[in-house]
Amino acid sequence: MKIMGGDGSGPAVAHDLGMHSMITLTVNGKTHTLDVEPDTPLLWVLRDHLDLTGTKFGCGIAQCGACTVHLDGRPLRSCVTPVSVAEGQAITTIEGLAGDTLHAVQQAWIEHDVPQCGYCQSGQLMVAAHLVDNTPNPSDDDIDQAMINICRCGTYPRMRSAIHRAAALARDAMADA
Amino acid sequence: MTLQNSTLSRRAFVKSSVAASGGLMLALSLPKANAGLDPWTGEPTGTEISAWLTIDPNSQVTIRVAQSEMGEGVFTAMPMLVAEELDCDWSQVKAEYASANRSVRENGVYKRMGTGGSGAVRRSREYLQQAGASARERLKAAAAARWEVPVAELRTEGGEVLHDASGRRTAYGVLAAEAAAITLAEEPAIRKAGEFKLLGTPLNRLDVPSKVDGSATFGIDVKVPGMVYAAYDACPVWGGTLAALEDAPALAVKGVKKVIRVEDGFAVIADSYWRARKGLEALSPEWDLGPNASASSDAMRAEFKSDLDRRGVVAHEEGDAYASLETAETVIEADYDAPYLAHLAMEPVNCTVSIAKDRVDVWTGTQNPESVLGAAAEILGRAPETIHVHNCFLGGGFGRRSMPDFARRALAIAKALGNTPVKVLWSREADTRTGHFRPLAALRFKAGFDANGKPVALLNRSATHSILAGFRPEVVQNGLDGSSTEGLENQPYDITNVSIEHHLKRTPVPVWFWRSVGSSQNGFALEAFIDEMAEAAGQDPLAFRQALLHKHPAMLKTLNLAAEKADWGRPMAPGSAQGIAIHESFGSICAQVAEVTVTQGGEVKVERVVTAIDCGNTVNPRTIAEQVESSVIYGLSAALWGRSDIENGQVVQQNFDRNRVVKMVEAPAVETHFSLSGGEHWGGIGEPALPPTAPAVVNAIYKITGRRIRALPIAQHDLRWS
Repeated sequence: MKIMGGDGSGPAVAHDLGMHSMITLTVNGKTHTLDVEPDTPLLWVLRDHLDLTGTKFGCGIAQCGACTVHLDGRPLRSCVTPVSVAEGQAITTIEGLAGDTLHAVQQAWIEHDVPQCGYCQSGQLMVAAHLVDNTPNPSDDDIDQAMINICRCGTYPRMRSAIHRAAALARDAMADA
Repeated sequence: MTLQNSTLSRRAFVKSSVAASGGLMLALSLPKANAGLDPWTGEPTGTEISAWLTIDPNSQVTIRVAQSEMGEGVFTAMPMLVAEELDCDWSQVKAEYASANRSVRENGVYKRMGTGGSGAVRRSREYLQQAGASARERLKAAAAARWEVPVAELRTEGGEVLHDASGRRTAYGVLAAEAAAITLAEEPAIRKAGEFKLLGTPLNRLDVPSKVDGSATFGIDVKVPGMVYAAYDACPVWGGTLAALEDAPALAVKGVKKVIRVEDGFAVIADSYWRARKGLEALSPEWDLGPNASASSDAMRAEFKSDLDRRGVVAHEEGDAYASLETAETVIEADYDAPYLAHLAMEPVNCTVSIAKDRVDVWTGTQNPESVLGAAAEILGRAPETIHVHNCFLGGGFGRRSMPDFARRALAIAKALGNTPVKVLWSREADTRTGHFRPLAALRFKAGFDANGKPVALLNRSATHSILAGFRPEVVQNGLDGSSTEGLENQPYDITNVSIEHHLKRTPVPVWFWRSVGSSQNGFALEAFIDEMAEAAGQDPLAFRQALLHKHPAMLKTLNLAAEKADWGRPMAPGSAQGIAIHESFGSICAQVAEVTVTQGGEVKVERVVTAIDCGNTVNPRTIAEQVESSVIYGLSAALWGRSDIENGQVVQQNFDRNRVVKMVEAPAVETHFSLSGGEHWGGIGEPALPPTAPAVVNAIYKITGRRIRALPIAQHDLRWS
């Protein structure tokens, strides 16, 4: 994978502020070494440097959750997380959520026709995947507590039914295994 | 961008990811979006039968969609209209955007390319069905020529032409090239309601698989070779200008290349978005705030309300409402208002521009690619035929993306940069404060009743910030903007004396179409007041409406269906109640029963919204249910919390920290029931389920708390009860 960033082609007016430091990130199982300022939000490193554009920018202040990724398996809002915080930990984005098959939440999302505009759905799916992976039979209350990202299209009722379906799919998969 | 049905396999997942990113990187080098070439990858998609569709050798059908996919489902509904007639195998249908450039070059071949007014199906259904029917007949003619049999002996099914007499059958993919060369002597008739095979079937959407694995391409995801990034900001006050700006602090940020001044603000150019944003935040612009620095929505609202004391321009009149009010036994009166509102689409606006010697490429998510194309031609001084607008998925539209304001800024920035491609991205705050708002409105109602409690007069005055006076002044006649009075001037209730009057207002706040437009506030106010009238008449809100809708059988039927499905009047626990409302907009009638709980502490929870809708006929009932859910929840956010206050000429609520919206925990269950009038009636679906939500909710709240909510949002009212 092409590593972007660095700044060999920068203009004459750019100054070196002494912030050079190579950051090593493990994203979806691949390791990248990047020349980015350590305070750069993880979101922009994923999107602009690693071309992983499935993770979205919605608010920049950790309110909407469109930027949610997993850091060591837990949902994290990447728009306010300095990339340095993520160094040395396993980052999973929507592009890495599927294994050999789609994750149960992705399958259920398709079955229940959940996304509309789709912009918030990567973040929603990362939260839902964590919920289903850790709570085998989530109640509606569990869903209310976990699913705190914003969807302006109002896909909440379908997300709720899809989470119940995903949990059933995951239980079936466990039973088959 | 091309979409197709996908299985739940790892292979499909990888394939779609690769296609999305590969397509983007290649897009800049492709020479044309013409016959049989995927406009994104430049790869052949098959034989072009017409501008609307291609068929590849494996009989895969690619259907071009001229409307914008922003969640409302056009990437599925529009192909269904073509496929209905084409008799192809739906599992072999792909959707892709039609090219605005081609429409310019080929005399408007894609007809209308804007998306709004809940018009996708009802304004293009016939010509899309015709495109499918025409292609089908040409495929049949090709088979007839091959087999030397009369066309009349052939039929089509599942992507094949069949000759039952001889048992021969041939796939469309085999016949496509021959069909493309055939011209029909006359166009075939299209199917009507009752003859449909595909329309009316609930189908999953074609775009969904790409929206669960991160591969769907939104405007913000576009990356072209050699591209730089721009962060843009404008004067926080409308009409203000940049007085002074010292560039040095931005240029000191690593990766920042340049600071560019445009019309109402400036942009910082860098080698990544975050560096551009840091550069922008390092600057201390001095603004000349201009004439609107003290603008206040409170003052505007007070002015609008004071206008209600004067007679307005008559938008609709029956009988003599004034005389009837004079003699009425009982008169009630109430004032309502609704605030300016931001759209708050999830994807902040953005636009990517590449200017080359002989062509310009623009990538964005727009509800109107032709307006973006026109803006590019105008701003860059290029021939429209050389402008290529690549529409992307829209991260929400709701009307926000039908104005090309953001593309215009990006084009100006790109022009200043010369031939370096640039992606311009707005912060959430900049998106909101440079956006355009749902108009502020104030409304007054007076109703008169005779001694038997029968309503005999209805007087309504509204003072509303006009959208069209600024945008299309030529359609504003006699001081009336139809988008301000819709839902009022056509109020459906049978009352002998009616006067609907209007005051056209303008303020410095920019306004624009917001999901369901005038009906968003007018439906609220009218339907809340109808409940006040029912109370004055001593009647149940449902029975009161039924009696006054006897001349509107379709409305009555829809109202009754919602009431029946919700079991209107069923006993509710203390603190819970049902509220009802009905409204017609964009060619569809929608009735809702909201079931609401208010705690004694005043916390409102909408538990369930039962909806009945009459959109005439259906293309994809699943999408319709989704749009009902979406409209109810979008409308509920606005009803509960939505407000864009203006203080000192600036928008107070700029991000989601102060713009509270419905989340999972607050989302009601939404039921959709069809009350279809059928025939030749095709109504819209993206908006009509929004207007009834707010009044149904406030009507329920009244039953619980005894508080009439006449000003939105609901959250400004103290709803504690005991």
